[in-house]
Amino acid sequence: MRRWLTRRSRIPAVLRLTLAVILAAGAVAVLAAPSSEGQTSSGAGVPGGPPAGVNAPSKSPEPPAPGDPVKTFPDSPALRAQGYTLYQAGCSSCHGIALQGTPGVAPSLRGVGAGPVDFYLSTGRMPLEQPREEPQRAPALYTRGQIDALIAYVASFGGPPAPTADPAKGNLALGLHEFTLHCAGCHQVVARGGLTVNVPVPDLLAATPQQVAEAVRMGPYVMPHFGTRQIDQHDLDSIARYVLWTRHPVNAGGWAIYNLGPIPEGIVAWFMGLAALVIVARLIGERLA
Amino acid sequence: MNVLQRTLERRFLRGTRWLEQRLGAAKGIKWLLSYVFPDHWSFLLGEIALYAFIVLVGTGTFLALYYIPGDSQVIYHGPYALLQGEQMSEAYRSVVDLSFSVPAGLLFRQAHHWAADVFVAAIVLHLCRIFFTGAYRKPRDVNYFIGLTMLMLAILEGFAGYSLIDDLLSGMGLAIAYGVALSLPGIGAQLGYLVWGGPFPGSSSFLPRLEIVHVFLIPGTLAVLITLHLVMIMRQHHSQFPGPGRRERNVVGTPLWPAYALRSIGLLLAVAGVLFLLGGLVQINPIWQWGPFHPYLSENGAQPDWYIGWLIGALRLMPNWEPAIGNYTLIPNPFWGGAAFPLFVFIVMFAWPAIERRFTRDHLRHDLLDRPRDRPTRTAIGAAFLSWVMIIFAVGSTDRLFFRLHISYTAQIHFWRAGVWVLPILIFFITRSACRSLRRTDTHPMRAWQGTVVRRGPDGSITRLGDSADRTQSRPSEEPVGTVPAESER
Ligand code: HEC
Ligand code: HEC
Repeated sequence: MRRWLTRRSRIPAVLRLTLAVILAAGAVAVLAAPSSEGQTSSGAGVPGGPPAGVNAPSKSPEPPAPGDPVKTFPDSPALRAQGYTLYQAGCSSCHGIALQGTPGVAPSLRGVGAGPVDFYLSTGRMPLEQPREEPQRAPALYTRGQIDALIAYVASFGGPPAPTADPAKGNLALGLHEFTLHCAGCHQVVARGGLTVNVPVPDLLAATPQQVAEAVRMGPYVMPHFGTRQIDQHDLDSIARYVLWTRHPVNAGGWAIYNLGPIPEGIVAWFMGLAALVIVARLIGERLA
Repeated sequence: MNVLQRTLERRFLRGTRWLEQRLGAAKGIKWLLSYVFPDHWSFLLGEIALYAFIVLVGTGTFLALYYIPGDSQVIYHGPYALLQGEQMSEAYRSVVDLSFSVPAGLLFRQAHHWAADVFVAAIVLHLCRIFFTGAYRKPRDVNYFIGLTMLMLAILEGFAGYSLIDDLLSGMGLAIAYGVALSLPGIGAQLGYLVWGGPFPGSSSFLPRLEIVHVFLIPGTLAVLITLHLVMIMRQHHSQFPGPGRRERNVVGTPLWPAYALRSIGLLLAVAGVLFLLGGLVQINPIWQWGPFHPYLSENGAQPDWYIGWLIGALRLMPNWEPAIGNYTLIPNPFWGGAAFPLFVFIVMFAWPAIERRFTRDHLRHDLLDRPRDRPTRTAIGAAFLSWVMIIFAVGSTDRLFFRLHISYTAQIHFWRAGVWVLPILIFFITRSACRSLRRTDTHPMRAWQGTVVRRGPDGSITRLGDSADRTQSRPSEEPVGTVPAESER
């Protein structure tokens, strides 16, 4: 009688039935799945939405307010000519030979101005390999001189001047405040990145203040763009300063375990804390045997 | 050494006499000191939890001296530059001050938080030991129920502590908890109102209420239950693994005094040491980096402590299913993951001893433990159930763990919605056959087969003398045993 649980032949029908029910429930769950998009925001803390209009004509970058500092890039007919050559070789296949864009492939570059070009090229995002993938930070393909040439060429089609940010003028406390308000929902509060519903959001460990300013004003990919009414120049300087700070935040508590919070903490609690204590118990216990 | 020992003994005897003359306690003390603990390291897992609790009470008392459960908004002017001039609740400010301005405050805060994480982890591991060795069987099922209750309370207690601080993460956690409370069919709205004292984020009586729950109600209840747990263990005596000389009716092991007590004190010191080392060296919940909570704020990848993580996983995994009549939602979605799921897990665990009795028709008293392999079906069910909960738990952090792999979040969720059912079933069959083969060969899974002793005769022939494998642990005796209370055999 006591051996009942160990005898295969007598697995009761009840157990088989339970398994069947579980399987069926699994199937239902899978079938029900497509209706589930967006539910994560109901409670699980994953903000953001599906990538909308990725290849649609892009949002035009927000211009700096009058009186705000702007970033000027070198410009000359020779540079534009070099840019033209580079553009035709590396970009025209997607963005079109006259910057007009290709429907369903890549947006028009007319009127985007210098900022987005500098951002996409200096972070190595352009040229894309596959028009449908999310642009990723990569080692820049072009030298600074070539980037300047492409900027001179694309900016000659018009567009707002490129924004800039000076961290030295920023205020750290304001930076944390604004970053939590506008950016932490996607980039995590210590700028360690994460995943919104369908898009990986990069950490900001490599972005320069210039790139931060350009990203904020143009909003690459699913990131929204912010005008000077939401984030003015002082806020922008402060955000840039805060982003630099997140690389060496105040870790008064010791080893920072990536500043990610509970997940690494749980791993440490189990695999360092409890594991060490289990080893102690094992040692003490073994002596008893 | 000898002198010291003799002095100690004399002191001890004098102390006992003092007690005996006043309380007549000598007999009890004698019984206690010769109480026999069976020998196995896995019996110490519960003790780790016990000592973590002691560290929690100690450090928590310190923290309670500085914490202010106030929700009135103040402006920060402390030493930490990044919060200068920031608006925050009094509660949050008191914890930032505790971390930066109170001597050893951060050490105690971190040790307390690590202790909480390790406390619940140790309980879970202890529970696994109890389950897989069948220690929950009659007569110890009562104590098993107490243990499960303590696990539930420990989880609640941790969540309450996490939520007291009113930083960005705790606020987001409370928002989710509020959503779950509201989703309870029928009583949701009233319950939310009762606990929070108003719509989220609640009235100013919420934090004081939470503090009472966290520093008084739950710890007090836990202390009572722990005492009951221990008294019950002594009353029923420990169970033990089968082995030479170990029978249903005796306990073979080490007496409390002096051998076991010293080891146990050693373990207490080790627990405190590890927790304070972690508290001093590894940063946990750096609330100054998260910033204060305001209802309009959120951040990506916000997570609760690990022991709540399984609920986040369930909330995410659950398809968007909301039974409704017309426009009226009967059961809002968070109910399934946040309330029904943990309820189901605990109900299954509470019901398990009865379920097993029902199927094995084994109503006897058991003082000898099973090795996991000796009950392949139980072990397999336990492993499958555990993996089911663990997969759901892991889904709660997929966005964090896999975002570098660039697999779309929706695809991951769809994958796990199937995986959460398929994998445990696979694990069930794998575990069961592993148990069976282990039992057949009777090897230790870690030590395995250790070789065969052979003798070579003068003529070069080889005769086999037998396996050298450790076989001290024999199978449990098969003959049914009566309900004789266990007694130490010394
Ligand atoms: C909706 C989510 C979202 C929000 C809100 C958001 N970002 Fe982003 N951000 C992204 C995504 C997605 C990318 C990656 C874009 C790409 O791959 O082209 C990105 C890229 C960036 C980059 C480039 C990173 C690099 O290293 O190449 C910077 C800098 C940046 N964001 C700054 C900010 C700042 C500052 C804010 C707040 C003002 C902000 N973002 C708000 C989603 C967001
Ligand atoms: C494989 C196709 C492809 C190639 C090649 C390519 N791009 Fe793009 N580009 C895209 C797509 C797709 C987007 C839209 C990305 C998004 O939504 O974030 C884009 C966006 C841009 C933008 C931002 C437009 C805006 O309004 O925000 C700039 C600037 C840009 N590309 C410049 C370049 C330059 C300069 C080159 C050549 C060095 C280049 N691209 C090569 C596909 C391409």
